Amino acid sequence: MSNVFIAFQANEDSRPVIEAILEDNPGAVSNASPAMVRIDCEGQLVIRRESIEARVGRDFDLQEIQLNLITLTGHLDEDDDQLTLSWKQ
Amino acid sequence: MDMEASKKKLGLKERYNHLTRGLDWETSYQPMEKVYPYTRYEGIKIHDWDKWEDPFRLTMDAYWKYQGEKEKKLYAIIDAFAQNNGHLGVSDARYINTLKLFIQGVSPLEYMAHRGFAHVGRQFDGASARVACQMQSVDELRHAQTQMHTVSNYNKYYNGMHNWRHWHDRVWYLSVPKSFFDDAMSAGPFEYVVAISFAFEYVLTNLLFVPFMSGAAYNGDMGTVTFGFSAQSDESRHMTLGLEIIKFILEQDPANVPIVQRWMDKWFWRGYKVLTLVSMMMDYMLPKKVMSWKEAWEIYGEQNGGALFNDLARYGIRKPKGWEQATIEKDHLSHQAWATFYNYGAAALFHTWTPTEQDKDWLSEKYPASFDKLYRPRFEHWEEQAKQGKRFYNTTLPMLCTTCQIPMLFTEPTDPTKICYRESDYKEEKYHFCSDHCKEIFDHEPEKYVQSWLPVHQIYQGNCFNPGVDPTAPDFDPLRAVLDFYKMNFGRDNFDFEGSEDQKNFAQWHGEGA
Amino acid sequence: MHIDLKTVKINPLRQTFANVATRIGGDKAASRYQEATLGLQPDANFHYRPTWDPGYELFDPARTAIKMKDWYAFKDPRQFYYGNWTMTRARQQDAMESNFDFVESRGLDAALPAELKRTALNLLLPLRHVAWGANMNNFSICAYGYGTAITAPCSFHAMDQLGIAQYITRLGLLLVGPDALDAAKQAWLKLPEWQGLRHYVEDSFVEKDWFSLFVAQNFVLDGLLYPLIYDRIVDDHLAMNGGSAIAMLTAFMSEWNAEVTKWIDAQIKTAAAESAENRELISSWVRAYRDRVAAALLPIAGIALGDVAQEAVDEVLGQFNTRAAKLGLSV
Repeated sequence: MSNVFIAFQANEDSRPVIEAILEDNPGAVSNASPAMVRIDCEGQLVIRRESIEARVGRDFDLQEIQLNLITLTGHLDEDDDQLTLSWKQ
Repeated sequence: MDMEASKKKLGLKERYNHLTRGLDWETSYQPMEKVYPYTRYEGIKIHDWDKWEDPFRLTMDAYWKYQGEKEKKLYAIIDAFAQNNGHLGVSDARYINTLKLFIQGVSPLEYMAHRGFAHVGRQFDGASARVACQMQSVDELRHAQTQMHTVSNYNKYYNGMHNWRHWHDRVWYLSVPKSFFDDAMSAGPFEYVVAISFAFEYVLTNLLFVPFMSGAAYNGDMGTVTFGFSAQSDESRHMTLGLEIIKFILEQDPANVPIVQRWMDKWFWRGYKVLTLVSMMMDYMLPKKVMSWKEAWEIYGEQNGGALFNDLARYGIRKPKGWEQATIEKDHLSHQAWATFYNYGAAALFHTWTPTEQDKDWLSEKYPASFDKLYRPRFEHWEEQAKQGKRFYNTTLPMLCTTCQIPMLFTEPTDPTKICYRESDYKEEKYHFCSDHCKEIFDHEPEKYVQSWLPVHQIYQGNCFNPGVDPTAPDFDPLRAVLDFYKMNFGRDNFDFEGSEDQKNFAQWHGEGA
Repeated sequence: MHIDLKTVKINPLRQTFANVATRIGGDKAASRYQEATLGLQPDANFHYRPTWDPGYELFDPARTAIKMKDWYAFKDPRQFYYGNWTMTRARQQDAMESNFDFVESRGLDAALPAELKRTALNLLLPLRHVAWGANMNNFSICAYGYGTAITAPCSFHAMDQLGIAQYITRLGLLLVGPDALDAAKQAWLKLPEWQGLRHYVEDSFVEKDWFSLFVAQNFVLDGLLYPLIYDRIVDDHLAMNGGSAIAMLTAFMSEWNAEVTKWIDAQIKTAAAESAENRELISSWVRAYRDRVAAALLPIAGIALGDVAQEAVDEVLGQFNTRAAKLGLSV
């Protein structure tokens, strides 16, 4: 199965999002390059609203991640609670 | 009905449906084919526009909120940059030439994307497809405008940016990006979205923006990093749209598959050729380098692109035809491009130079199979000539590929010492190409590509001189006459970096003497 | 890195880009609006004719019968570029969010008199389709128009209209729920009082002359509809009769209309002032569109105003004619 990835601007707003992703996706690996952090994961990667809320201590709308998003690959499916990136094969 | 039950909080998907798809209706006072006249002639069959999935489901309330926030942050940094002479913080004045290439070649395409998505955002029969394209249309306008505002500050202090609009529509190497976008926009709406949303945004954009912006960050250009990454947050939406469009078209009808495959073959190659400029920017123009073109191609081309086409195989889609050739060329592309611009440095609107010792060592390390053997000797020869006061400038005009419009500088895939030439005959005329793929694109639509406004042909036809210029006068200097027509500030916008006004001013402003 | 700026004087080589300088009377400091707008669109050496409309170039001034010496004579008095447009709308959206929260949390929706609520829904919900039509038409103008000075604001205007269609939708969802939206669409498609307007909107979808479309949609249709529906009916009539909650939920529309009217007027005035031919052409478009719109709006005004609908339409028409005359049109 191929990797999916997602990359964020390296800043304070992205930190809890990145932490949540790394904890919720055991296979996820993060790579830092100038001003940007990229997270790779085999097959599928999930971003959970609740995990981010637990870190920021307030309500979090998953659409907020768009503020610091740089790029992503894979099929995207989003509802109120989670955002999933995946390859089907 | 039970009012309370109906009023329960709607989920994101359901709410989005009411706020977007529900707005549309089937017209009856005017036939649908007249209201949406352009979505049938390409042969793409759509049976049910409601099968369109909207990945991000942005409504205008959220759009304004998030985009407003992004713009507030971005303009705060642009203001701070201007107030603090941020341009002096970049690693070296050579770096600024990447911004010249950007505003000359890329920003005008952002504007074209704005108008192109306005067109398809009006023309698609499906409501949510229209809305996704419309948001992209205004996003692209945002990118063009924020780029103007960021580069504006550099334009005040450096050459090679002041007349980008005029140049983009006339200058020889800028017809490469211009013809790329004109090609997409003059195609039908489905081909347009396959070309731009899928082939460019999804498959290739990471190769443009991620190295460019990381390069800017690494070279101390905070203004550019900020507009770049801020634009990328929109790009993530656009990329997702690109993949969604492809899945939607492929799933609608099996007859769509071969049409889409042909477009992928064409647009991968058209886009890849435009990225030639990015390859030399990464390998030669960034004083502090982030990654080589070859590495970027391996990560964002081979790995990610590979994953994508692996996934699309279930629809009967294979990798674009030019893929293998791009992989072979990764060792050569940037070197051949930079060598060409070095040659034509008198007619280019940015500065060129031979790589420093440190640069050459980096290139040897990154390109063990090609640099020392093929390209180092060439640059060292030019370096030697320049030392003797004989900086080499080529003053003859190159032959251009009729399709991608790049001078014939690329070598045979099997032999990096031999220039690749291909040709076709059409209506008693001969047309020239840089590659099998460019020839194939022409052969499929000759009636389109014979229209190409090829800058070198135009010069020979006498269409690139100012009014009143007499080409029969004894002292007529054709190159100089063309550069006047280009509105180049001769001696300031062009020639080697060594000795340029940019170099002198940057050093002086750093207190390093004139 | 330490830079000792005190010892070096840094003089700019130039103030702005050439495409801006030639349009503001030379190289001088340019505003963000000017640098984001003037000369942004390509106007020369297009490579290929559009396969979807081969009679024209990709951007072609001949797509309208209006003629201009300089297409950048059009100016936006609001000086909108993407950044200040979206920040302005984000502030307004914040206020609208508070209005929606206020109406919902105080139960003001439930406290609306039943008949007034029904009237408001019958009147307003089908208008989401009208706003959606305005969205399409303004993207047409943006796509096929000439010169960033007029095409860029049309894309903002189109997105605003989508926002309006979505505010009306949210009003329906808040006051009743999804079923109300279905019922309103049926009304839009079937009920006789809406057919004149739907016919007009669908005809506008096939108008090929983009400036004529600008006149049909932004100047005439919205120039009559907004004052009639939002000022005359919602803010006056409904609000007087216990419907201020409705007026809160449509506050954006009234405020927005006041703002965009200045921009629309500036476009019409500039085009009409260019030549007698333009003035005649625009005037004749306005007369034809105005009479159709006035007839189409009468039964819709009747939903809320009954017998006094004609009087309200006449009043709005009178104001519109005065506005048109001020812009130099003969209507």
